[in-house]
Amino acid sequence: MTDIPMSSEAQPRGNSLLSQDARTRKRNATEKRFRMYGVIAIGIAMAALVILLTSIVSDGAGAFRQSYLSIPVALDAETLDPNGNRDPAEMSKVLTLSYGKVLDKAVETAVADSGIAIEGLTSTDTSNLISKEASAQLRNHVLADPEQVGQTVDFNVLVNGRVDGYFKRRVSMESAARDANTSPQQLQLADALKEQGKLVTRFNWNFITNPDASDQRPEAAGVGVAIIGSAYMMLVVLFLAVPIGVAASIYLEEFAPQNRWTDLIEVNISNLAAVPSIVFGILGLAAFINFVGLPQSAPIVGGLVLTLMTLPTIIISTRAALKSVPPSIRDAALGVGASKMQSIFHHVLPLAMPGILTGTIIGLAQALGETAPLLLIGMVAFVREFPAAPPEGLWDPASALPVQVYNWTQRADPAFIERASGAIIVLLIFLFCMNLLAIFLRRRFERRW
Amino acid sequence: MPLSWALLVSLALAVAGYIIGRSRAFASAGTDIRKLHSRPGYHGASVALTTLTPAIVVLMLASVLRMAKVFPPEATGFAGLLALAASVAGLGWGVTRINTDFRARNVVEKIVQGFLIFCSSIAILTTAGIVLSLIFETGHFFQKYSWTEFFFGLNWTPRFQGNSSLGILPLLWGTLYISFIALLVAVPIGMFAAIYMSEYASKRVRGIAKPAIEILAGIPTIVYGLFALITVGPMLRDYFAQPLGLGSSGSSVLTAGLVMGIMLIPFVSSLSDDIINAVPQSMRDGALGLGSTPSETIKQVVLPAALPGVVGAVLLAASRAIGETMIVVLGAGAAARLGLNPFEAMTTITVKIVSQLTGDNDFAAPETLVAFALGLTLFVITLGLNVVALYIVRKYREQYE
Repeated sequence: MTDIPMSSEAQPRGNSLLSQDARTRKRNATEKRFRMYGVIAIGIAMAALVILLTSIVSDGAGAFRQSYLSIPVALDAETLDPNGNRDPAEMSKVLTLSYGKVLDKAVETAVADSGIAIEGLTSTDTSNLISKEASAQLRNHVLADPEQVGQTVDFNVLVNGRVDGYFKRRVSMESAARDANTSPQQLQLADALKEQGKLVTRFNWNFITNPDASDQRPEAAGVGVAIIGSAYMMLVVLFLAVPIGVAASIYLEEFAPQNRWTDLIEVNISNLAAVPSIVFGILGLAAFINFVGLPQSAPIVGGLVLTLMTLPTIIISTRAALKSVPPSIRDAALGVGASKMQSIFHHVLPLAMPGILTGTIIGLAQALGETAPLLLIGMVAFVREFPAAPPEGLWDPASALPVQVYNWTQRADPAFIERASGAIIVLLIFLFCMNLLAIFLRRRFERRW
Repeated sequence: MPLSWALLVSLALAVAGYIIGRSRAFASAGTDIRKLHSRPGYHGASVALTTLTPAIVVLMLASVLRMAKVFPPEATGFAGLLALAASVAGLGWGVTRINTDFRARNVVEKIVQGFLIFCSSIAILTTAGIVLSLIFETGHFFQKYSWTEFFFGLNWTPRFQGNSSLGILPLLWGTLYISFIALLVAVPIGMFAAIYMSEYASKRVRGIAKPAIEILAGIPTIVYGLFALITVGPMLRDYFAQPLGLGSSGSSVLTAGLVMGIMLIPFVSSLSDDIINAVPQSMRDGALGLGSTPSETIKQVVLPAALPGVVGAVLLAASRAIGETMIVVLGAGAAARLGLNPFEAMTTITVKIVSQLTGDNDFAAPETLVAFALGLTLFVITLGLNVVALYIVRKYREQYE
């Protein structure tokens, strides 16, 4: 028998539970480091989100504020209504140019009345204080109510983009000295007018309602047409993608036999979900515009392209919703004599509805933010006219929110960057609301069996 | 126009057919409604569908033929009349079929099922449409421009007067370079985020971090593009490129790559999350039971087991990066260049598709048609990546099921 020597002289082992040896320390340090990497990764992702949102919001907030010159404008009857009978049809023959003259005079009088004296201020500086778009706005204002002609009315005149930019700290005295479109004197005048309360900065509804404006008039540009265009496209997607997607999912989930054709369809759907969006744009250009002959930049074409793009998303989420309805529901319906079709349309589909709606809204939100395919089907065109009411309006040229953003980034004036960020804010607000609705639907109606 | 009128009239006929069919069903049943095989509503619906279906088939055929320019636009009036005739015939036939033994429900369900099958084939039609339109126009392009020069040309200088060199290699290089940087950013961050959230994070941390990363996924790419253009680009230029003397352009490979990497983080992290969760808990328990630390378990047991899935996820992310458009349009620049400096502007396949196809297009010029060849190349690359990735992911899932 061999006893294990239990000598009392044996040294206690080095690695006690109470004091760590070098190897354990190393392993624990590695463990800690590994955890740190994870925290850092999540930190980077969160930081990226915060920086992204703050940079867009801080750049775009300016688009929602706009400076106006609030001055009395004498609407001279001689120029604006030469025949003197206040008939809007006749008055509409008076060109915007004449209104420009009326406005110029009003601004000059206002500056003279205010008693502001600035060295080196030229008359061009004074008349350029207001936007080139202001005369068109005054014309619309007068034509809406011809009785004002001959009176002196208080009118909020849109201020030139550079002056507006000065109050948003985009333009400084130094940059103005180098700029052909403005001058330090003009900015001083604007400062003085602001002190007298004649130049006011307030919320810019026009940004949301106005159409796009030309390169020289960033102050007048808005996202009105783009919002309408996007809304029309969403309408098309809603009316096409949802019925088709739901029908396809019902077939694939409930009826389809296991055969090659079904496999082909399944593989196709999962591949379509991963096809780059720009390829759908090429399809839209080649198929809908060149082959079918639909008009360019029309919301109908955009809607069709986005429908094809969102179909896989809707089909995948609808199938998941249908799958989550327990088979006992189907069995019960079949048991009391319903046909398969009846059991699905009368029982399964209504129970799957919340899930289907959530998936649909998320699909629509994706479609709303999609840009690349729309560039190829001509949505980048400069559109100032609002499209008509649907359904005819679907064939009219329009823009779309994300495309409008792209469009503005391609312009020279830095004021358009502010507008682009502003349009992004509008887009993000829409997306936020849609996702909120989806989350609400899921929380409120989702059932767990 | 006559076609939409014909459609409206046949719709009205279908409504009338529903009412007639329903009342005829009631009439044929007499006093005892239980004699009917199907409920009266199904009889009505069967008449409505037999009225509408032939008209719609005729109308669809007519519009397809008109689009294909087989018959002149003047013939649409005739097509409309034909559709109306078909719908009246359908109405008559449908009404005469109704009696107590007529299996109206089976008829209706057959037609509805046909509609369901048609809807599910639209996915195939879309793919076919994409492939056909790309191949058709690419064929036109290769008639005008040699394919060897397209695939092996080192220069990209389109000139609208003609005589341009349209080599894809500089574009392909830019695409791969930018995608590589994007993956370099997205894969480690996404993977570590997923590992941390599934293995370490407390419920509270996960409750905050997971939705935040999902928000990143819901932001449209144009927003990332604008972020690259106005924030990341100038920042990289002012703090890195110019002090280091490496370039002076705001749009660069690194700008686009970084921002695209941020865009891909949620994609990689949600895919990795699925994959890590698919590794059976017993394997983790085994490793932990033998005394390894959680990080050792992950590195030596979970990740090797999840490797095929991770490879699939990276391939899927790569396919996303290659097909991404708006970030590179706004962040990468337009200069086709074969270079290694990440602070220089480079361009990608998608940027050039956009620039060749926006504005006034002349569909006879190779400079426009080249976009279709680029599109086909892009489609083939991403499709190949997807097929391989999905195959790997599916195989991997089956392994543990």
